[in-house]
Amino acid sequence: MNHHYKFILRLADNGLINSQRLTEWTGHGPFLEEDLALTNIALDILGRSKMLLEHAAKLSGLENVSEDTLAYFRNEREFLNTKLVEQPNGDYAQTIVKQVMVDYFDLLHYTELCKSSDEVLAGIAAKTVKEVTYHYRHTSSWVTRFGLGTEESNQRAQAALNELWRFSGELFFTDETEKFAEENGIGVNINASKDKWTKTITTLFEEANLKIPADAFMQDGGKNGLHTEHLGYLLAEMQSLAKAHPEAKW
Amino acid sequence: METYNFENIFEGKLAKNEMIEPKDWMPENYRKHLIRQISQHAHSEIVGMLPEGNWITRAPSLRSKLVLLAKVQDEGGHGLYLYTAAESLGTSRDEMLDALHTGKAKYSSIFNYPTLTWADVAAIGWLVDGAAIMNQVMLQRTSYGPYSRAMIRICKEESFHQRQGYEAMTRLAFGTPAQKEMAQDALNRFWFPTLMMFGPPDAESPNSDNAVKWRIKRETNDELRQRFVNQTVPQIEYLGLDFPTNSGIKWNETRKEYDFSEPNWVEFKNVIHGNGPCNKERLQARNTAHKNGEWVRAAATAFAKRQEEKREAA
Repeated sequence: MNHHYKFILRLADNGLINSQRLTEWTGHGPFLEEDLALTNIALDILGRSKMLLEHAAKLSGLENVSEDTLAYFRNEREFLNTKLVEQPNGDYAQTIVKQVMVDYFDLLHYTELCKSSDEVLAGIAAKTVKEVTYHYRHTSSWVTRFGLGTEESNQRAQAALNELWRFSGELFFTDETEKFAEENGIGVNINASKDKWTKTITTLFEEANLKIPADAFMQDGGKNGLHTEHLGYLLAEMQSLAKAHPEAKW
Repeated sequence: METYNFENIFEGKLAKNEMIEPKDWMPENYRKHLIRQISQHAHSEIVGMLPEGNWITRAPSLRSKLVLLAKVQDEGGHGLYLYTAAESLGTSRDEMLDALHTGKAKYSSIFNYPTLTWADVAAIGWLVDGAAIMNQVMLQRTSYGPYSRAMIRICKEESFHQRQGYEAMTRLAFGTPAQKEMAQDALNRFWFPTLMMFGPPDAESPNSDNAVKWRIKRETNDELRQRFVNQTVPQIEYLGLDFPTNSGIKWNETRKEYDFSEPNWVEFKNVIHGNGPCNKERLQARNTAHKNGEWVRAAATAFAKRQEEKREAA
């Protein structure tokens, strides 16, 4: 697998699996306006992932590969998303805590990717920054509301943070693929943004009376296809119809 | 004698095809009728998110997933405009939701049928949205301003959904044999429930006299049903699908319209009264979402209150 392809695929998969989880809320949100807002976020992320997968398909160097074959006909070990985004939605606090970490990471990352030498990626990044700025504003305001709202909402948000923080480190995981991307101007050194991410996210949680777990052991592996057991079920559902009719066009 | 004058003004506006606005005087039964109709319509949009939402996570291509997700979101948006229009008549969202959750309020019976295959999603877009538009087009010129304006926006989006549904159906009907079979099965199952959407036959329909006078309704159930059949039959033929089982569709040379079999009105009444295949599941889904969201809404309210107190103290 060439590094450029793999780099784009990691970005695409992270969004695809993230949006797949978010869409599980559609029609079941805590109230109508929020249902619409979260669905809107899911739409943005799915739209971005579709464009990234189209781009990845071209970079794959393989014949008969499209965004749909990548999304629907790869197995668990071939998906390169972080473990964070495949975690189940849980309650609304878990969904928000997960999303705020992803949103702020994406905001920093895609801001940098606007400068990518890969023009397709740079174009997608420019669109993404506009969207994610709004997403982060939305999810971070919910962290504040949960943290400072009621005792119950604070407890739920704290439980979510305790559960999910250990998956946040993988957002900054790099290996030779990121290195290749960085050296060729396709990607950036994401670790240059790590301090800013940590500082902003820590401040957000602390100001909302939420404590970041001190002794979390950071999980990784997702970006190389080693996932939690949750991903298999997510894909089984997502891919079931497409896989039942491999010849079909929809 | 002041009331009498108000009534004259109201009647005068209706006669001149002018809009009634929230602050205008209106007869109590007009207000009640509208609250009932608009809130039922809003509930239909919200409950209507569920059968199609059932397929979002399994949509078979990224494009179809985006289209479906956007569509279901539009329905939620329609629900929002309509709840707001109903609120302008002096009811509250909580009251309306409570009526929905306790089963007191009605919503369109079509959403009590299950979406068993992907083709059902296409059939809903094509047939159900097609039928809904026929009902709704006349409501764009309804007498109550906020309702009319909401319907103008809704109709635009609905006709877009209808085209998307028909396009999805086309892909299935001209696709693999398995896809075509799926399309036929969906047409068979959704045909009669769609015909029921126009309501009972005119001879048995209550609420019609005032509804016509108030421009809340402009054509009768049977007229609209006939128009829907006339429009849909050529589409079925174009798709190369068989007429639905027992549909009795036949061109009538004398009337220059299609004859068709009546839906089973006993089934209709059963579905209306809570005994459809999915009534329980739909209400349960709405209740569960509302209940699970309770702490979220409470947190938002508590936080907003605290912010307000801070502002006042400053």
